[in-house]
Amino acid sequence: MRSVKEYQTVTNIQGPLMMVEMVDEAKFGHIVDIELADGSIRHGQILQVENDKVLVQVFEGTSGIDVKRSTVRFLAKPLELGVSPDILGRVFSGLGVPKDDGPSIIPTNRLDINGQPINPYARDYPNEFIQTGISTIDGLNPLVRGQKLPIFSGSGLPHDDLTAQFARQATVLGKGEDFAVVFAAMGITFEAAQFFIDDLHNTGAIERAVMFINLANEPAIERIATPRFALTAAEYLAFELDMHVLVILNDMTNYCEALREISAARKEVPGRRGYPGYLYTDLATIYERAGRIKGKKGSITMVPVLTMPEDDKTHPVPDLTGYITEGQVILSRSLHRQGVAPPVDVLPSLSRLKDKGIGKNKTREDHADLYNQLYAAYARGKEMQELATIMGEAALSDEDRKYMKFANAFEARYISQDYYENRTVQQTLDLGWELLSMFENAELKRIDVKLIEKYMPKFRQKAGGA
Amino acid sequence: MSEKRVGRVVKVAGPVVVAEGMAGARMYDVVRVGALNLIGEIVELRGDTASIQVYEETTGIGPGEPVVDTEAPLSVELGPGLIESIYDGIQRPLDDLVGVEGSFMSRGSDMPGLDRKKKWHFKPTVGDGTKVGPGDIIGEVKETTLMVHKIMIPPGVSGTISGIREGDFTVEETVGTCRGDEGATHELKLMQRWPVRNPRPIARRLAPEHILVSGQRVIDTFFPISKGGTACVPGPFGTGKTVVQHQLAKWVDADVVVYVGCGERGNEMTDVLTEFPELKDPRSGEPLMRRSVLIANTSNMPVAAREASVYTGITLAEYFRDMGYTVALMADSTSRWAEAMREISTRLEEMPAEEGYPAYLSARIAAFYERAGRVKCLGGPEREGGLSVIGAVSPPGGDLSDSVVQATLHVVKVFWSLKGELAYQRHFPAIDWLTSYSFYKQYLKGCFDDKEQGQEMERMTVEAMTLLEQESELREIVRLVGAEALSPRDRLALETSRSLREDYLHQNAFHAVDTFTSMVKQYEMLKTVLHFHRQGLEAIEAGVETAEIFKLAVREDIARAKYIPQTEIDKIVQIRRKIEDQMKQLQGAAAAK
Repeated sequence: MRSVKEYQTVTNIQGPLMMVEMVDEAKFGHIVDIELADGSIRHGQILQVENDKVLVQVFEGTSGIDVKRSTVRFLAKPLELGVSPDILGRVFSGLGVPKDDGPSIIPTNRLDINGQPINPYARDYPNEFIQTGISTIDGLNPLVRGQKLPIFSGSGLPHDDLTAQFARQATVLGKGEDFAVVFAAMGITFEAAQFFIDDLHNTGAIERAVMFINLANEPAIERIATPRFALTAAEYLAFELDMHVLVILNDMTNYCEALREISAARKEVPGRRGYPGYLYTDLATIYERAGRIKGKKGSITMVPVLTMPEDDKTHPVPDLTGYITEGQVILSRSLHRQGVAPPVDVLPSLSRLKDKGIGKNKTREDHADLYNQLYAAYARGKEMQELATIMGEAALSDEDRKYMKFANAFEARYISQDYYENRTVQQTLDLGWELLSMFENAELKRIDVKLIEKYMPKFRQKAGGA
Repeated sequence: MSEKRVGRVVKVAGPVVVAEGMAGARMYDVVRVGALNLIGEIVELRGDTASIQVYEETTGIGPGEPVVDTEAPLSVELGPGLIESIYDGIQRPLDDLVGVEGSFMSRGSDMPGLDRKKKWHFKPTVGDGTKVGPGDIIGEVKETTLMVHKIMIPPGVSGTISGIREGDFTVEETVGTCRGDEGATHELKLMQRWPVRNPRPIARRLAPEHILVSGQRVIDTFFPISKGGTACVPGPFGTGKTVVQHQLAKWVDADVVVYVGCGERGNEMTDVLTEFPELKDPRSGEPLMRRSVLIANTSNMPVAAREASVYTGITLAEYFRDMGYTVALMADSTSRWAEAMREISTRLEEMPAEEGYPAYLSARIAAFYERAGRVKCLGGPEREGGLSVIGAVSPPGGDLSDSVVQATLHVVKVFWSLKGELAYQRHFPAIDWLTSYSFYKQYLKGCFDDKEQGQEMERMTVEAMTLLEQESELREIVRLVGAEALSPRDRLALETSRSLREDYLHQNAFHAVDTFTSMVKQYEMLKTVLHFHRQGLEAIEAGVETAEIFKLAVREDIARAKYIPQTEIDKIVQIRRKIEDQMKQLQGAAAAK
């Protein structure tokens, strides 16, 4: 093994960055330890090497570091996470150091947290339906194993309740396989993190969870490493221990802001809103770690949470995320105000992988046609709701009014449910038919006639009898 | 040959490495970087220092490590074995790499694009003593059931053939010799190489003449692309760019499809990989994979290789075009390609133009799309080839004023504008009929064997588009003063355009029948929708209430016409009779009153 070299040649410190000179054998991307005058240790990573000059980003921030008395050790390795089956049930810091009272981990292996891209040829297509018990997800935007489906939220919206519900209820139909939850907190409040941890405690799932916690008051630069630690743990659990892992990353907006801070300190040419031009690529190296691999049992399903500044979907963080992830669940402030919970904004929400995960032998044969019809009817009803607020209900034709009535009922009964209500996919599908029964068969253009004949009579009777 | 030039690394910043001691190296030469032997390409020279974009992750590279100049530009291997392959951005076979290094990509791997061991049966089409020049076809290899691979004389080689023979050969074995007039000999192999950044030579460019039929109604009927044409599909995320690209890759009537997944999702490539071998080509009944080449440089794979991936793709496509085939290339997404350029440019500390993109962005985009076209191929026998390029663009926030969109619109001839609102209503393909355009519409009539049918189709598309235009105005009026204010004729126009949207333009890519609609079926369907409109107008003249017309049972038949299989196309014709019968009844009842 290469001996560790020590240098006391720090020249510049600027923001989270530090310049060390007269270094030999420094390698791009490797990590350093920085010993301060008082003997405390900080951690850093090499961002650039030019001849003997090395640029280091300091994870814990540079406050208190001085130029003269600091010692920098070049550890000649990338940032690593020590893994073993014992990581389950443990809480780590944003830099992968145990944070709970448990014993230190004796690793069976040390993994580079940057991982390696999955060869696209080795991927297995995600097609196993996950039942979340939430109608707007299961019925309209089904989640499948190995998918990455973010929640686009805003400040003050209940994304924490929704992610907790995901973690609590997500199951694959008819299977009792090994699962685990990996939770990465990036710059969220103590309260939000504790809410999630308590929820896992209450359901007993805490034994199967690994947590990496970087709270709002903890170093911002550390957040750049946090999701990578979490995903390295997830890859280990999924592809070495054959578990089905649900990864929750909360909140990606804070991650991107940390990245922007580094980029600004390096004086890079900024892209939109000051975020670096490589934000897309950087986010992709995180999100694309979700998936399934041929010949391996486990899977990584990812639910990143991000808060959209000013609820603006075109802000670079949600925008670039949406281009990488396989759909998005968008929360609506207006539904939230109306007391609809979870306030999922159905129309712009989308699951790209739904079509392969549903249908006969998976959920039910009528699923695809049904959600197409519900979408079409709700879109039209929503339009009528808006029209009615402008011109008054009287201006609508009878048909239009029917669609508006549908939209109202849909929001009250289909979208709205309790955070603790766990609906089976059959219940969700039946509810869809029940709501559609206010239309004539001929109006249900998106549903196959045979399916209408098979399913609808039941609900018409019900509606007629009521 | 002299010793290879070796420099040393002085700087590493992400995907860009600077090396000194590189005097004499040429721009765009490929180099191997560091102890890990990473592949890179020279993108800037200053004195004896060279800036190199590295196609692989550079963690662990440091100053002092060697940089070896291979003294050749980035090239691809062209020959039998391309079809059914899946490559990364620099033509490394991803399927074979899984066998060697496992499910995750490792660095510095070296694997040729074409299988060296596989034997192909070569059948010469010329004999010894034939005088040949660049591009001349000398023989054939049956590569897949769908693909006869023509073996051509490489550009720059000419002379007299000798020793050519039939038999089983690997791509590296000699199948014959070509002796030049000056006495230079060139061994003829099944494989040739070509640098990806240079277009392959052709005899001359031709104007487009034929439609590339895609089976997608909104595209073929209203905004068709030609064989040899260019198109772009911009849209915000979630509007179905990728589904449009996949649908085209599946159903276009091209001989070869090259699909470049440039900086996009890994699972989408897996989708293509699992679906294509199972889907049948509607014309030949063979699996679609037998005419496809895939290039997958997903978003988490190195950014420099992403920059190269579109060039790799188009070079492969040109090679098949040179054989005289119709080729379609899909690039999803060109925005990621542009972003890769931007990232490299930033690291080179070049002065940025708009949005941080390099000043040469639009020149590069234009040059890329110009490699498309219908051409007279180089060499004999005389043949025509076509290369259509369809690029997806992913503008930030769906904003069409984005630099990449604007640069693309300058050069492409077809614009399919995807609209968020349509996608939210699950109207797919979410191509906005009011803002999209195509310069190839005049060739639509040529798709029909029957000349009259062609002219009728052309006329109907104008009528349908007029109705759709009218609808947007009428909806505005309804929004202001309510539906009651409309005349019966206008109300009918609104209903017909709704029918056009829902029953014709809307197409379900995941429905076994609806996913592909032949030109003839498109004709019949459109004719039926418009027939209802004309009959409706007559009925209104005869005093029938619009509400009665809208209640006719036949409307459900019109709505479901899309699900009628190609083999039962007569049923659509029958719907038109049904329309006439039911309208007649209404008119009769109205007259009786």
